[in-house]
Amino acid sequence: MSLSRKEVEHIALLARLELSDEEIIRYADQLSAILEHVAALQELETEHIPPTSSVLPLRSGLRSDEPRPGLDTSRALQNAPDSEKDQFRVPPVLD
Amino acid sequence: MADFKECSLQAMLKGMRDGDFSSRELTSFFLDRIDALEGRIHAFLSLKPESALQQADRADALYVEWRAKKRASIPSLLGLPIAVKDVLCVDGFPCTCGSRILENFHPPFNATSVQRLLDEGVIIVGKTNMDEFAMGSSTENSAFGPTHNPWNVEHVPGGSSGGSAAAVAARMIPAALATDTGGSVRQPASFCGVTGIKPTYGRVSRYGLIAYGSSLDTAGVMAHSAQDVEMLLRVMAGFDPRDATTSDLPVFSPLEDQNDLHGLRIGLPMEYFIEGIQPEVDVAVKEAVRQLEQHGAQVLQVSLPHTRYALPVYYLIAPAEASANLARFDGVRYGLRVEEEDLIPMYLRTRGRGFGAEVKRRIMLGTYALSAGYYDAYYGQAQKVRTLIKQDFEKAFEFVDVIAAPIAPTTAFKLGQHTDDPLAMYLEDVFTLPANLAGVPGLAFPVGFDGNGLPIGMQLMGPQFSEQNLFRAASVYQSFTDFHQRVPLDVQ
Repeated sequence: MSLSRKEVEHIALLARLELSDEEIIRYADQLSAILEHVAALQELETEHIPPTSSVLPLRSGLRSDEPRPGLDTSRALQNAPDSEKDQFRVPPVLD
Repeated sequence: MADFKECSLQAMLKGMRDGDFSSRELTSFFLDRIDALEGRIHAFLSLKPESALQQADRADALYVEWRAKKRASIPSLLGLPIAVKDVLCVDGFPCTCGSRILENFHPPFNATSVQRLLDEGVIIVGKTNMDEFAMGSSTENSAFGPTHNPWNVEHVPGGSSGGSAAAVAARMIPAALATDTGGSVRQPASFCGVTGIKPTYGRVSRYGLIAYGSSLDTAGVMAHSAQDVEMLLRVMAGFDPRDATTSDLPVFSPLEDQNDLHGLRIGLPMEYFIEGIQPEVDVAVKEAVRQLEQHGAQVLQVSLPHTRYALPVYYLIAPAEASANLARFDGVRYGLRVEEEDLIPMYLRTRGRGFGAEVKRRIMLGTYALSAGYYDAYYGQAQKVRTLIKQDFEKAFEFVDVIAAPIAPTTAFKLGQHTDDPLAMYLEDVFTLPANLAGVPGLAFPVGFDGNGLPIGMQLMGPQFSEQNLFRAASVYQSFTDFHQRVPLDVQ
């Protein structure tokens, strides 16, 4: 299993990571080696094995719909890189 | 001033209650140790010594009132100084996760595990160093520089909770919170010679624990004895309406004094005693098990046949979950933002610059494993093999109550030894990953030293929610050994 430069660039874009040329070359090598190692899983027959997404029996997390105190706006915004009028401010999303 | 290096947490609390010494004396002792050693160990990312002393004075005032019968009760951990791994939110401290992207993040709330300890009166002195976002086995992935092992500063303390383990080992703090997603409590505890618990998944709330692999993350604690660790975990544990995966099972009852293990069946998994393991580690673990046998336990061979698949399963599931969890660091609500005219370039630059090499590697790996066309072959198959690993434990626990095993194939390696080869670093985790995949508890404690004077640890694993059994066995072991009480020569 070997990843091409193009594949690495595609994954990096999906993951919203800007990578340098040097990083792209290094990750292509390293990710290929890791994928080769994890390929060992393919040798197991698992057609009838259910997947595990949680080790505990899932139960409903619903609670009664009653108002209760939460973070006030100033604390919720205290870490914002940019905010205006009690809202997070971001660069334009639409052209 | 009294020397608290070899004082148990229980003795510290009793001394303060009896008025033998004050919280100010106790807290000052550890602050002085931090002052003297932090330059060599680098266990902390932030410290608040003045605030700690103010809290100590308030605790002392409460003790005085209580002894004068002016108040009926006092919190159970009043005036006890502790540290917290920098992945758990503590209001009043930054929470960096060892990452540039959160360098200036100040959480507006406390993690539930932290809040419960604060409610019992602990004093949080500082936040400890860690591999960035808890991804690593050496604390070398911290964006703020590595932590050094107090037993030999040229060696790593393990990771990702290396700061907590090193601080406890060096007696810079008597106890520290840590987290374990693939071994991050147990492996540094082993490398630094301290006692640490990775609880059952769901035993301790993850609210306020900055997520890495949500189906694997657990919050635990490190100190010097099973009794002390048990006392703190009991406070941290229990149902939390803010974490839907916490269990509403009752929290275990306090440990009773005993020195007999009759009726306890201990399993030795053959897959954990393999070629390539450092012979001294193999010998020390087997010797510890033999001593538990002499104290009444019954020892049986067990098999966990899918152990060798734990590494590939973990390094698909954890990065996949991480790639989703770390999507929240996008320069909008908190953390670093690299300003750009448009949104997508802002995301790309912010994340490209904010994350370190290992974090980017795992985000890439996870994104790949979840991407169209590869999901079934990688992530889907890993989830199925996770079921087989979980079933291995369920079958073994039909015959034994506890499984004893090494924690890492070697003792603490040297700084820089694995930094160029991520896969070699991942192989450090082979013995710790299975417990996270199965959601079972694991207790790490020291069982010897190698020829270079570096600690050797052992882990006891049990069925889900059987922490009490692990504490009981380790506590008996610690009643006739002194490995857990030794202080590194370098920092005495």
